[in-house]
Amino acid sequence: MPGVSSLPVAVSAVRFSGVSIDTWCNLAYLVASVLFILGLKGLGHPKRAVRGNWLGALGMALAIGVTLWKLYTYNRMPLFWAVLVGMGVGSLVGWLLAVRVKMTGMPQMVALLNGFGGLASVLVAGADVATSLQPSLQGNIAVALSGLIGAVTFTGSVLAYAKLEEYKFLKKLAALPGKQVFNVVCGAVAIALSVWLVVESQTRDHPEQYDYIYTILCVVSAVLGVGLVLPIGGADMPVVIALLNSYSGLAAAATGFVIDNDVLIIAGALVGASGIILTQIMCKAMNRSLMNVLLGLMDSGGSAADADSVYAGKIKSTTADEIAMICDGARRVVIVPGYGLAVAQAQHAVRELTSVLEARGTEVLFAIHPVAGRMPGHMNVLLAEAEIPYDKLKEMDEINPQFAETDVAIVIGANDVVNPVARIDPKSPIAGMPILDVDKARTVIMVKRSLSPGFAGIPNPLFAADNCLMYFADGKQAVLDIVTAIKSG
Amino acid sequence: MERSEDTESSGDGIDRLITYLTIFVLAIFVGFEVITKVPPTLHTPLMSGSNAISGITIIGAILAGVAGDVSGREFLAGGLAFAAAALAMINVVGGFAVTNRMLQMFRKKDRA
Repeated sequence: MPGVSSLPVAVSAVRFSGVSIDTWCNLAYLVASVLFILGLKGLGHPKRAVRGNWLGALGMALAIGVTLWKLYTYNRMPLFWAVLVGMGVGSLVGWLLAVRVKMTGMPQMVALLNGFGGLASVLVAGADVATSLQPSLQGNIAVALSGLIGAVTFTGSVLAYAKLEEYKFLKKLAALPGKQVFNVVCGAVAIALSVWLVVESQTRDHPEQYDYIYTILCVVSAVLGVGLVLPIGGADMPVVIALLNSYSGLAAAATGFVIDNDVLIIAGALVGASGIILTQIMCKAMNRSLMNVLLGLMDSGGSAADADSVYAGKIKSTTADEIAMICDGARRVVIVPGYGLAVAQAQHAVRELTSVLEARGTEVLFAIHPVAGRMPGHMNVLLAEAEIPYDKLKEMDEINPQFAETDVAIVIGANDVVNPVARIDPKSPIAGMPILDVDKARTVIMVKRSLSPGFAGIPNPLFAADNCLMYFADGKQAVLDIVTAIKSG
Repeated sequence: MERSEDTESSGDGIDRLITYLTIFVLAIFVGFEVITKVPPTLHTPLMSGSNAISGITIIGAILAGVAGDVSGREFLAGGLAFAAAALAMINVVGGFAVTNRMLQMFRKKDRA
């Protein structure tokens, strides 16, 4: 019919103040998009960040409010109530999760929330499939993409959550052989199903099969999501979460193409871009390509130095009292936090240590390696929780030149990021990875429970260095003991 | 008359798609510019904040099943809409709340 949209898109006939509801909606979406962008801009500095987050929330509220209004004008009350109740339940659950999660559980929470968003995309496209038959080519491609990306994001995120929580059953699953082949097969099947879906929508040979094709596509994509995340190691999770974050944005954008909604497209693009940039930063910081990370590759061995030949006879262990003496009169102390600090929940103890040292006139700084922890910025959040001022947290490039003038470097729960092997051995799994140059400090104190290797599984010659002392203790207790020793010294 | 209407409606579709693609591409560029200015110290709130924004899927959930023919599938449409709305709101509310919590910690405390 001439003049009528050929896409089964929600077009309201109701008008308000002489202007159609759809126009009001699009206006509101424009404002919401601007608010999202301003919100993300606010994250450019800690001072503006809180307000930025509120702007983003305001934009979201505006978009939601105007869309609910539009739904209301359709006068399909059962559907309206289903949506409203669903939103209420979701809001409550989201709120509870957010206020009760511990700071150390942040990476997992982000992964989980991301996964829910992906599943929502799958269901929205599914609802479209169930209730209407998109005639347009682009509409159907968008439906297939929403289902595929959304499902992969969902299961991938849930698995990332499980890996971060270190559930035991994962070890058995990860040991299964032929993982990469499985992924390739799954991917091929998913793409084939997508093509079939699109072709079927255009030829209309068997329209009753359409729903089933979509469902199977989602199931296969879900399996693919598991397969893609499974081989990746726990310490590489920051990259995976950033990537999944990007996927959920792309899934939202695809849904926007399905229902012709530009706020979905814009917001999805913003989030997609954000995730990809973070992924790139992570990979550069580890000096590994994204492919390398996704395939779970870790070049093994290198010049196969085994632990004994590296460590034998050269490990000097120390005590809290000795450390207190070394720190006495130190002009500058740099603390290097790692994942172990998060596990030991030692951030508050570290705060005490900082205060005690500063009271004696020592400058205390923190060296944050880009991939320390399980999420980008993980260490920063932990230390901020312990109320350590953010201007003491120095990025790697800024602090590295200063190690030469540092009296004491205290490394708590970090290993690979301070391993000099990265500089020397081109065949090592961490070859070329930029590291923190703690070995250039006058004295290095490694706070670790044992000589066990970090994620890369290789020995760390730093431990055997002349200027390095090992303090074998649990992170939190170790720091508290040092504080006590300094106070009584 | 008929021919021009035909090309009009199919031309509409392509034009609409190109418009949306234009918006999409421009939004990606804006995203790149804005995000690269976020300092590493704020990367975790960035992840959770952008994650919250990806909950924009809620808009799709609200309108899910509204267009098109729902007859005979009311329950399915309602069920899917309910589930999608719930999940998307967990993403949105959880995301903004978690981001706010993290960002509060970055405020400079008044030194006693």
